[in-house]
Amino acid sequence: MPAVLARVYVTPKRGILDPQGKAVQHSLHALGFTEVQDVRVGKYIELRVRDAKTAAADRVRAMCERLLANGVIEDFRVEIGEDAR
Amino acid sequence: MRWGVVTFPGSLDDRDALRAVERVLGDEAVALWHKDHDLRGVDCVVLPGGFSYGDYLRCGAMASVSPIMDAVARHAAAGGLVLGICNGFQILCEAGLLPGALVRNRSLSFVCDVVTVKVERTDTFLTGGCRPGELLALPVKHGEGCFVADPETLAGLEAEGRIVFRYTDRSGQPTADANPNGSLANVAGVCSAGRNVVGLMPHPEHAVDALTVGEDGLRLFRSVQAWVGRAGAAAASSG
Repeated sequence: MPAVLARVYVTPKRGILDPQGKAVQHSLHALGFTEVQDVRVGKYIELRVRDAKTAAADRVRAMCERLLANGVIEDFRVEIGEDAR
Repeated sequence: MRWGVVTFPGSLDDRDALRAVERVLGDEAVALWHKDHDLRGVDCVVLPGGFSYGDYLRCGAMASVSPIMDAVARHAAAGGLVLGICNGFQILCEAGLLPGALVRNRSLSFVCDVVTVKVERTDTFLTGGCRPGELLALPVKHGEGCFVADPETLAGLEAEGRIVFRYTDRSGQPTADANPNGSLANVAGVCSAGRNVVGLMPHPEHAVDALTVGEDGLRLFRSVQAWVGRAGAAAASSG
C-alpha cells in the first residue's frame, strides 16, 4: 500500500500562556521587527503513514488525541498529502 | 505499609523516594518498572521526579502511555493511593488522572530552590497529618512546573477544595514573588475528585533529613503512613 505524508501542526491553545512565544517576540522587537504583534511557538510533526488517504486522516487525528497533542493546552491541525519520497 | 515507586526511563528521584519510605520511614518499598503490568499489592504508588523519556514531546507524555499506567489507572479507580512528584505530577496530568497541565515556567528559566509551600487541605492522604495552613519548606527543581487549566476547571478545583498546596511567602500569602514558576493561583499541588490521587511539583522525598533541606517532606510521608494505618484498622474492625 502506498504511503501518505501526514503533517501535524501542534500549537498552544488561545488563552494558554506561551512564554516562549513572548520571548521570541521580544527578541524580534529588539532586532527591529517591531511590526510583530504576537508570536506563538508550536511543533511540527511529520509522519509517513502506510494507509489509504482517507483512513489515514482519522488515524492521525486519533494519534493526536492520544499522544501527539495535549487537548488541555494545545490545538492541532492535520494535513494529509502525497509522500514525495 | 507497602509503597511502590515506579521507575521510567529517565526517572531521577526514584532512589530518593525509595530511600525516604524504606530507610527513613521503615516501610516496605517495592521498586516497580514502567513495563510492569501490576502494582504488586502496594498501598500507595509513587510516580517520582525526573525526566522520563527525556521530556520528549511534552513532559510526562510518553510515560503516561507506558504499560504500568494502566495498572496505576485501575489502582486509582479502585480508590488506591497515587502520589505524583514533579515529573510524576506531569505524568498524572498527561494521563488524565489529574486536571490541568504543567507547562514551561513563566520565566523560561529552570528553577532550583527551596520554596515555602502552604498546606491548603488536610483532607487528603498526603496531608492528613499536617495542620491546616501549615507552611512547609520543600525543594523545587523544574523547567516545566507552571500549572495551567481553563478558568472553569480552576474554579471547579477551588470550589471542590482540590488545591492541596500553594506557593506562598513565609507569612502564608500566595504572592507573585513567592510563585517560582508562574502557576495559576500559585497552585503547587492538586488532588483528584476522589482525593486519592495527589500531584505536586515540590519534592518531599528530598526533605526527609535535617542535614539536607530539612524534614518537612517527612510530615507528608508520615501522613500517608498514618492514613493507611487508619484505613487498615477500620477494615479490620469492620471485617
